[in-house]
Amino acid sequence: MRVIKDNQILEDSWTRVDTVTADQPIPDGDLILPFKYWQQNQDKLANHRGKLAVCLNGEDKIEDIATHIGKFNLIALDFPAFKDGRCYSHARLLRDRYGFKGDLRAVGDVLRDQLFYMKRCGFNSFFIRKDKDIEDALKAFNDFTVKYQTAADGALPVYRLR
Amino acid sequence: MYIYDEYDRTIVNERVEQFRDQTRRFLTGELSEDEFRPLRLMNGLYIQRYAPMLRVSIPYGLLSSDQLRMLGHIARKYDKGYGHFSTRQNIQYNWPRLETVPDILADLASVEMHAIQTSGNCIRNITSDHFAGVAEDEIEDPRSYCEIIRQWSTFHPEFSYLPRKFKIAVSGAVKDRAAVQVHDIGIYVVKNDQGEVGFRILVGGGLGRLPYIGAFIKEFLEKKYLLSYLEAILRVYNLFGRRDNIHKARIKILVKAIGPEKFAEMVEQEWLQIRDSVLLLDQKEIDRVKKYFLDPPYDSKAAADTSFGQKLSTDTGFANWVKRNVKPHKVAGYRGVYISLKMPGIPPGDVTDTQMEFIADLADKYSASEIRATHDQNLVFAHVKQGDLYALWTALKTQNLATPNIGLLTDMICCPGLDFCSLANAGSIPIANQINSKFNDMDYLHDIGDIQIKMSGCMNACGHHHVGHIGILGVDKKGEEFYQLTLGGSPAEDAALGDRLGPAIAQKEVADTIGKLLDVYVEKRHEDERFLDTYRRIGIEPFKQRIYNGSVAQAEGE
Ligand code: SF4
Repeated sequence: MRVIKDNQILEDSWTRVDTVTADQPIPDGDLILPFKYWQQNQDKLANHRGKLAVCLNGEDKIEDIATHIGKFNLIALDFPAFKDGRCYSHARLLRDRYGFKGDLRAVGDVLRDQLFYMKRCGFNSFFIRKDKDIEDALKAFNDFTVKYQTAADGALPVYRLR
Repeated sequence: MYIYDEYDRTIVNERVEQFRDQTRRFLTGELSEDEFRPLRLMNGLYIQRYAPMLRVSIPYGLLSSDQLRMLGHIARKYDKGYGHFSTRQNIQYNWPRLETVPDILADLASVEMHAIQTSGNCIRNITSDHFAGVAEDEIEDPRSYCEIIRQWSTFHPEFSYLPRKFKIAVSGAVKDRAAVQVHDIGIYVVKNDQGEVGFRILVGGGLGRLPYIGAFIKEFLEKKYLLSYLEAILRVYNLFGRRDNIHKARIKILVKAIGPEKFAEMVEQEWLQIRDSVLLLDQKEIDRVKKYFLDPPYDSKAAADTSFGQKLSTDTGFANWVKRNVKPHKVAGYRGVYISLKMPGIPPGDVTDTQMEFIADLADKYSASEIRATHDQNLVFAHVKQGDLYALWTALKTQNLATPNIGLLTDMICCPGLDFCSLANAGSIPIANQINSKFNDMDYLHDIGDIQIKMSGCMNACGHHHVGHIGILGVDKKGEEFYQLTLGGSPAEDAALGDRLGPAIAQKEVADTIGKLLDVYVEKRHEDERFLDTYRRIGIEPFKQRIYNGSVAQAEGE
């Protein structure tokens, strides 16, 4: 997929499979699977040819993935609509509490005007909605140079700089 | 008052540029209406019945005279020459053009103002006591905490797409002048048994369709934990607040659904994990912010003035104004003064550009260049020498700003209603006019004394009708404007929601009905009893009887 990763646009090897049922075969390659599917089909996936990542959404309990974090290089969080802000909290918990160090990717209704906040909450890669201009989206990271409060980006509250 | 440094200035200026670009992209079609809506809302911009409405933030209601002058300038240059002070201690402009909004924001930024988070599903302007810092009953000035919360909540990356809007109020006094208990989070500054000052915290208050008084979930929170505790509440709400139904999305519904005890426990669990993180609030920072809210230099000889007493005994107009609009002050010889924005014939909270500039000049002369907006849509001068009161009153009169009605029947809270708001069922301003013309006898109003009438044009309750001693709610009955009355509400430390009087009444009968309710009060009151107290003592029945002549059952059955 063509994504923004660490402030650069690049093509990587991941493919997102957003709906899959237990009896369906899954293709080879680097796949982002729904977390629930991954949880229930770990045996079957043991022989998968390619890397595996999981995608969670706002409904999922983020603590369920806590013990599996070491197994993934990439975790995706899905925004079904950009106004659904639950994954901002999920992202912070993944980074701040569960110590996830890998690629944290925003997928779904991911638009330029939310990227700044997403990055601050710990996302480092972004699959911009297909009909939007990914080059344009890149500008969002420069929206603000000052941050009042701390977040998963390690920013100090601004008062500590004063 | 808080003064921006380079950091604050940079954020506000960058915001102006960000919004300018967002507006441009919307106008060129790069952003759809749906994508632009939350962005413009987070900048206080609504699309209303006739034109956009821009809500400008006045953090905890505090304004400098230069800022008020700028608000007047904006009213003249970009609007129709007036602004409307809202119940959020903010000001709204009803007629700006979308294309000019970025310029308005730039003008605001030049005086350290903005429209950030005045709408949208984010943490809104922090509100507080308009007598903060000068009240006699104050435990500690709440404004430094308001400012600390303001900074923490501004562009908070995690809490900018909450299930619904989020309002926080802080009061530092014994008397609650900030309607703390009907906020999503209400904070009282309190002193514990050891004499330490901290916070008592409630959640889940709110008006709207499903009104609730908040529930206390923390009896005493140490100051250093203020931000971590707020962050814990917001995180629990962000994750578990309902998102499937906009009418059930406020935190009050979550708190109600799982119960305040369970909610408190979830917050506690979250909080314990973050409270000793970088969110810990240094005393150094509290002290730094406090320096912005020091007393102005008070004149130690202010109390020696004798002209005030003299004028009081010789000028009854002045005495009436003092009786209602002038309040005690912690410093001898000083007073707090209300500037009533409830002049008969003018929509409550409306001020013209000229009046704004006039008030700003008076603030320079008489009140340390500072003005406060109250949540009941008036303004306050917080530092007036008693010897200046007569001159101030004389000046205010020339601009129709000395209506002696603070706390009286005509000091109504009123939302914009059908005249401006696209959600309205019924007008509220015409009702305010009706009440003003019926009750125009000052002696009668003074005799009735303290009473709060609050009016909303629809269930969204922007006019806080649930907590009016008399609440008025506009409803639509087969295309006609009707009004549902409630009695016995209060937004203060004795917070309560009003009880429904009976079936809604026709528009033309509203003022007469209020007249009959007041008759019952006058007949039944004990000496010195407010309307609310009488109501609480005798209950709703006598009022019901008078209005519906015992035919409530019949009328309900219609
Ligand atoms: S209460 Fe209703 S009519 Fe009044 S301003 Fe709010 S939404 Fe509009």
